[in-house]
Amino acid sequence: MKTLLKYFKGFEKETIIAPLFKMLEACFELFVPLVTARIIDIGIKSSDRRYILHQGILLVILGIVGLICSLTAQYFAAKAGMGVGANLRRDLYHHINTLDYEALDRTGTSTLITRITGDINTIQTGINLFLRLFMRAPFLVVGATIMAFFISPKVTMFFVIALALIGMTITIVMKWTMPRYKKVQEFLDQVVLHTSENYSGARVVRAFAREEDEYQEFAKVNDQLFLTQRKAGRVSGLLNPLTYAFANLGIVVIMIASADEVNIGGLGQGEVIALTNYMTQVLLALLIMANLIISVTRAFSSAARVSEVFALKPKMVEGERAVSEAVMEKSEAAVAFDHVSFTYHGQAKAALQDISFQAKRGSTIGVIGGTGSGKTTLVNLIERFYDVDCGQVLVGNTNVKEYTYHSLRALIGLVPQKAVLFTGTIRSNMQWRKPGASDEEIWAALKLAQAKEFVEKKTNQLAERVQAEGKNFSGGQRQRLTIARAFVGNPPVVILDDSASALDFATDKALRQGIKNHSHETTTFLVSQRVSTVRSADQILVLDNGLLVGKGTHEELFSTCQIYREICLSQLSKEEALTS
Amino acid sequence: MKIKRVMKLLKPYRFRFFLMLLFAVISVVATLLTPILIGEGVDQLVGPGAVKFARLRQIMIVIAVVVLISALAQWLMSLTINYITYNVVRNMRSQAFAHLQKLPLGYVDDHPAGDIISRLTTDIDQFSDGMLMGFTQFFTGILTIIGTILFMLSIHPQITLVVLVLTPLSFFVAGFIARRTYSLFKQQAEARGEMTGMVQEMVGNQGLVKVFNREVELEERFGEINERLNTTSVRATFFSSLVNPSTRFINGLVSTGVCIYGAFVCLSGGITIGALASFMNYAYQYTKPFNEISGVITELQNALACGGRVFDFLETEIITEGPELKKMDAVRGAVAFKEVAFSYDKAKPFIEHMNINTKPGERVALVGPTGCGKSTLINLLMRFYEIDSGAITVDETDIRTYTRGSLREHFGMVLQETWLKRGTVAENIAYGKPSATLAEIQEAAKSAHAHNFIMRLEKGYDTVISENGGNLSAGQKQLLCIARVFLVRPPMLILDEATSSIDTRTELMVQDALKLLMTGRSSFVVAHRLSTIKEADKILVMRDGKIIESGKHEELLAKNGFYAQLYASQFAQS
Repeated sequence: MKTLLKYFKGFEKETIIAPLFKMLEACFELFVPLVTARIIDIGIKSSDRRYILHQGILLVILGIVGLICSLTAQYFAAKAGMGVGANLRRDLYHHINTLDYEALDRTGTSTLITRITGDINTIQTGINLFLRLFMRAPFLVVGATIMAFFISPKVTMFFVIALALIGMTITIVMKWTMPRYKKVQEFLDQVVLHTSENYSGARVVRAFAREEDEYQEFAKVNDQLFLTQRKAGRVSGLLNPLTYAFANLGIVVIMIASADEVNIGGLGQGEVIALTNYMTQVLLALLIMANLIISVTRAFSSAARVSEVFALKPKMVEGERAVSEAVMEKSEAAVAFDHVSFTYHGQAKAALQDISFQAKRGSTIGVIGGTGSGKTTLVNLIERFYDVDCGQVLVGNTNVKEYTYHSLRALIGLVPQKAVLFTGTIRSNMQWRKPGASDEEIWAALKLAQAKEFVEKKTNQLAERVQAEGKNFSGGQRQRLTIARAFVGNPPVVILDDSASALDFATDKALRQGIKNHSHETTTFLVSQRVSTVRSADQILVLDNGLLVGKGTHEELFSTCQIYREICLSQLSKEEALTS
Repeated sequence: MKIKRVMKLLKPYRFRFFLMLLFAVISVVATLLTPILIGEGVDQLVGPGAVKFARLRQIMIVIAVVVLISALAQWLMSLTINYITYNVVRNMRSQAFAHLQKLPLGYVDDHPAGDIISRLTTDIDQFSDGMLMGFTQFFTGILTIIGTILFMLSIHPQITLVVLVLTPLSFFVAGFIARRTYSLFKQQAEARGEMTGMVQEMVGNQGLVKVFNREVELEERFGEINERLNTTSVRATFFSSLVNPSTRFINGLVSTGVCIYGAFVCLSGGITIGALASFMNYAYQYTKPFNEISGVITELQNALACGGRVFDFLETEIITEGPELKKMDAVRGAVAFKEVAFSYDKAKPFIEHMNINTKPGERVALVGPTGCGKSTLINLLMRFYEIDSGAITVDETDIRTYTRGSLREHFGMVLQETWLKRGTVAENIAYGKPSATLAEIQEAAKSAHAHNFIMRLEKGYDTVISENGGNLSAGQKQLLCIARVFLVRPPMLILDEATSSIDTRTELMVQDALKLLMTGRSSFVVAHRLSTIKEADKILVMRDGKIIESGKHEELLAKNGFYAQLYASQFAQS
């Protein structure tokens, strides 16, 4: 939490000026009842019209000066609040970019998104209100008490008691209701959950004829929500009437107490009016503050959540070797695993265990196995998404830990499972791997990925708009575009992680042919559940439950590896599996 | 129309509603009386040696009583408002949820979940909050204004005129600022939208951003949007915060005007000093309800709009069933389509003259390209959608003569999209039979080959599945859905690409299990896997809503028609 305080740096001027001017405004406000008192006690009592007029003009001047102070304060408060928010947002985004995959997995990207948008908005609104109003209420309270003391030290005592009662009421009511409203929010979340669950599952609910039960369950939560709301409402509804009563009863007591003083000539009528005015002023200020406490508490919990993200630190240490692609040309094995084991954070079972293999430069490696067998984990380790527990992963004969992230990842073109494109144009998406890639290079990659044909049909060709996540393209088109994206700039290693699932078999085949003809220098990893995708690979890795149970060509494995054989036979007939 | 509906909602609470109005009147009158009484009190403090103690004490007691009455009325008013509001919200929500359970599936398929959820939650809240709070604020506001004017007039009409002439200034200023602020807020919302869009896309795919080394470039873009957002935010926030100080200033001017003019009147003996004090009090507070009312009107409009959305939802047609319908029991499972016609869009005919005959226990595979009508058949069979003409029968009885619930209980359904409830694994498996024992549940899970992975979960069968199975893999979710059907063992089965997310080895095991389940049960399988299709008793080849071929695998291949073509392109190894 304290770490966030540094974001006020650069806004020291604003952070001081805003409350300062707000205090000045309150100061001028405090003079108003005094001037009014003098109009009554001096102007009217001595029938001095000029005096009344002069004091009237003074009131207007006080108003104007107060207005100017207030506007100044508002301006600087807005500047500080929004500025701190902007810097916080910039740094948080940068911080997210430095997080490693483990931290991202653990936090979840949707959490990060709400932190950087919703939470920071709440914080900046909170700062803005805080700077504007939090100094005002205490200052008005203290100022009004001092003014009251000036008018009559004896009456001030009652004044302070009334204030204390008002303050206590606000504190108690808030303390009691805030956790209740939090509960209300929790029940409300449950109502939302129930509704969305039932809506998306309408078919299943009806298929099992559970409509009535679902309704009963909902009604239960709904009733709980109702009861909590009512309970909280009963107490929070006390706030206004109680404070109103204390303030006005305070006025009653003050008037009775000042009666003696007036009788002996110690107080004027106008001064008594001033005292009652101070009471109303302070009441209003305190009530506004009560509302603000809620906003500021929200800002604080948002700040705590943002700090949590800042507290996430990447565990992996970046290497220092910034090597070019040349390193690949010198090594026989483009990628090699040497007794690699890896376990995901917080899981008991190893995702990969004692994996060793070598991928010759220019070869095609097929990776096959059931869901959860570790296929994706294996290829992710090549890019060093995670650090292995033991053994080592070598790319170009060098441990991946020695590279800078940038230079390692620049060696590899990845086609992820989920085909995602980004807002922009086809061209801008194709330039993701290699910024500034020429149209020629892009068309070549599109051709290889079997995407040339449909891109050519688009009216704007490479300049065709791509919407967020590529939603304006079909699944198959998107997949081919993501494949092309990985090939732009001819990376020495290309990984296709089950990325042909939306393609029909003919396109899939043409694609594999294209990759094969592409370059004899490119090492390709094909991860798939389809035997047809991997069967022509130079080497097939068969994974089962994190273990490498087979390694070889299709023919070798079909005759030696029991699991591979099972997979084949579940997809192909025996004849199909044996004829190539 | 809307008003009528609102009245209907409030009807059970009409007594409390009138009580609320009564409390409002009491609290307003009492609140407005206080300044006058204080003024009168001030008048008793004439000066040294002239204070009228006895009268003062009397007045003070009256004030205390009035203040207490006002506070009590305020509290009771807020209690009544809360009571009515929360009750109305609860009733509307329950009603809307019950409505949701009876919506035709066609509506559910056509409307995004987000829209419906916001109607059931935020819209209902805003409607009842806005309606009741807004109404009471409006009501008390008007009362306060009228009351204030009357009280002021009773003290001194001329000074009242000063107040009435000066106050429009305040609205003018507030209106002026609000108009300026509106366009600034719009700019801010646009910049914020752009920022959120970028963050959602990029942070949402943070993994890819890293793989492609795009961090630096994206940070630059982020910085640029952030800068713009900052500039517009500062301006929007500043301008919108002008309203309060400016109107406060104007109110101060009004009060000053009253003070000076009132002092002069006082000098000529027109009013007492106490009356002047009450006047200033009124003048300062008089404009407040005005400013509130303009806000309240927008709030009421918003509330009505939200209410409209809820009412529209509640008015959508729902499915009702007459008492004459029978409950389906003990069927053999001979399903037939007779001259069935159906289309989603009545302008575009889709399924026409559909005839299917199956024997009890037959395994039917539905094959065909996307959009050919395979899923539609399932929708019709389960009566998720109603056929336009013809009839669907089970054991020669029209399914429309049964209650939907009992019909559906006789079908076991596993869909492509897996749906799980938030709850434990055991609860989810027992979804179709909540009374099942743990032994039965485990038995079902074992049959579906789900037992092993369940036992590996942190708490086994008591593991809580988060919203929509977030903590399970797609394959595991599907196994649970299959186990769910195993527990019920209905006489007929519908499997819609049921094994698409399961890897082939697990699928082999599940296939075995399903084979076991399908024995002696009529089943309809929408399948893309060759093995499933080959083993079917009957393959229905569909295209554009029509069954163009049917028969066994070998027969269809021999025909060398559409199926043979499909087979060649999808399954054959060239």
